[in-house]
Amino acid sequence: MTDLILFGVLPYIAVTVAVCGSVYRYAVDRYSLSSQSSQFLESRTLFWGTVPWHYTIVPILLAHLLAFLFPAAWGTLLGRPLRLYLLEISGMALGLVAGVAMVVFLVRRAGNPRIGAVTTVIDWVLLAVLLLQVATGVYIAVTLRWGSLWYLHTTTPWLWSLVQLDPQVSYMAVMPAIVKVHAVNAFFLLALVPFSRLIHMISVPLAYLGRSAQVVVWYRR
Amino acid sequence: MNIRAQVSSVFHLDKCIGCHTCSIACKNLWTDRKGVEYMWWNNVETKPGTGYPTQWEDQEKYHGGWEKNGRRLQLRLGGRGGLLGNIFHNPRLPTMDDYYEPFTYRYGELISAPAGNDQPTARPVSMISGRPMEIQAGPNWDDDLSGSGIYAANDPGVLHLSPEQQAQMFAVERLVMFYLPRICNHCLNAACVAGCPSGAIYKRGKDGIVLINQDKCRGWRMCVSACPYKKTYYGWATGKSEKCVLCYPRLEAGEAPACFHSCVGRIRYLGVLLYDADRIETATMQDDKDLVAAQRQIILDPFDPQVQAEARKAGIPEQVVEAAQRSPVYLFVKKWQIALPLHPEFRTLPMLFYVPPLLPVVSEEHLGTQRLVDDYFTTLENARLPVQYLAGLFAGGNTEEIKAVYRKLMAVRIQRRRITVGDVSESEVAKARELGKVSAEEIEAIFRMTALTSIKQRIVIPPMLREQAIEAGMDPERYKQEMGFGSRRPPKRRW
Repeated sequence: MTDLILFGVLPYIAVTVAVCGSVYRYAVDRYSLSSQSSQFLESRTLFWGTVPWHYTIVPILLAHLLAFLFPAAWGTLLGRPLRLYLLEISGMALGLVAGVAMVVFLVRRAGNPRIGAVTTVIDWVLLAVLLLQVATGVYIAVTLRWGSLWYLHTTTPWLWSLVQLDPQVSYMAVMPAIVKVHAVNAFFLLALVPFSRLIHMISVPLAYLGRSAQVVVWYRR
Repeated sequence: MNIRAQVSSVFHLDKCIGCHTCSIACKNLWTDRKGVEYMWWNNVETKPGTGYPTQWEDQEKYHGGWEKNGRRLQLRLGGRGGLLGNIFHNPRLPTMDDYYEPFTYRYGELISAPAGNDQPTARPVSMISGRPMEIQAGPNWDDDLSGSGIYAANDPGVLHLSPEQQAQMFAVERLVMFYLPRICNHCLNAACVAGCPSGAIYKRGKDGIVLINQDKCRGWRMCVSACPYKKTYYGWATGKSEKCVLCYPRLEAGEAPACFHSCVGRIRYLGVLLYDADRIETATMQDDKDLVAAQRQIILDPFDPQVQAEARKAGIPEQVVEAAQRSPVYLFVKKWQIALPLHPEFRTLPMLFYVPPLLPVVSEEHLGTQRLVDDYFTTLENARLPVQYLAGLFAGGNTEEIKAVYRKLMAVRIQRRRITVGDVSESEVAKARELGKVSAEEIEAIFRMTALTSIKQRIVIPPMLREQAIEAGMDPERYKQEMGFGSRRPPKRRW
């Protein structure tokens, strides 16, 4: 029953909240969309948090996403032991760096009174949830070896069953507790997107690469 | 030809008394909120001095503005990919310590302190953390501190001078300073616009005012670094960048911007200029020393019938062309050529121009400057304020531009001296006019525009055609139900 709620119901709630919340916030309160950067108040420590964090978490997130979207290609990629080792090792390294970056974030936010002035409750919640996610992720990678392979036969089918509106909870029910925590926490994070600074993910400014340098706006033309 | 209109300004530095009234008017109107206390959209600096934020002119440090990269112009911050790569941590972002930490005092303690033998004091506290703090800096911390080894000596413009010139500027008897009021230049080739990853910053087509769309801004902070004048600011509480809006709601109501209106020395002139947008690129690609002339060239004569015809074709209303004909900015910048842009070498084509200060140069010659016309003009290099310093500020290092302005301004002085005091001979006046390349009538016009104008002549606001903005941007039915314009949500972090 618990498994059904956690892996069969919660994901739908989380996705609904994330999508509806983000759309609502974008449509009604666009002014509030911001990276909420605190670099202006403190730059030096932030460098050791934000740069490692973003450059490690984005590839990790992409790997999770690719293995879900293209399991066949992912399986082929990991078909040779050497490639598997390389990917696992780099994944672990990235995860460790992300964890360190998260600690830097926490220490900075707790220790600097200037940063304290721009910190809200949801910022703390988000940091805690992210730290838990990174910690469980690294722990899984280290203890439950070759996660990049078993992910293909457990998580990927479970996620696809969710997509097909036919949740196969059994895939997750047999997993160790730590993996369950990781999966549930991931959907909780997703649900947090519209209520936290995570919302800045929906405004990745890739259009900048293609637009003209100057922007002129006319009343009518 | 692609004619556009630009609301532009001239600040006459000889008239600035450094009273900061403009800054206060602006602060009370726009930046009197949490998170923007440290912002001074209008600030007044003492030159030589380090300015606000500290050493903002030093682009080795801040990487603001543009640079020539082969045949292309590129932001000094780097190419677009590189800029996005730095989006998580902008290495060129000035921090609060480069400006100053805003402070207030615990005034309440003056009356709530218990009875005792000591005088109660109001402790300074940070307006960010609320904790007691030691005040280290302010927005005009180096006010009047010319000659200071900490401030004036670290002025990036001074650091570029030769050791002899530096020594000359810091000799006790020759200490010199002037004030430099600064607002956003509303550039034609704005670096903040080009650097904004979200595309939130834009130039208004009708009047050229550069604004940040607050709903589009995502707080990526690149505009702050890209603007070489450091006139976009990051609002630390809201996570949005803000900048001078040239008081466009006032302009649209036919009122002068607050800083212009409140200017005690009446140094500020505002008017519309017509320019050719097709030539912006060429103008920005010139060598440093030719930038002033190139910028002057793209400004068009509103009396020229061909220009008028092109303006009509481009959809510029007749009233705007008419306003351009009455524009004092056109006179100062194009006709008389005595107003120059600030740091043209940043290549943003700033549309705020300055008449360089003459006073320190004149006072070099004590005992009757007008008697020393020949000496004066031959010794400009040895003037109390080195011409090279001014050329570094206003002419991309081209001393000839500065000298031409000074010769003209001196001719005005000398001719007026003959009229009001009468101790200068006509031949001396004629010689000054010849050197200054200026006619007697022009001198009278410059004199009148400098000293005897009313606010209506100094500030010529073109019709802003607000009615068109409403038509285009909103459903009138919906607009009817609203109470006034603008955002009715407080600028606060809500999520």
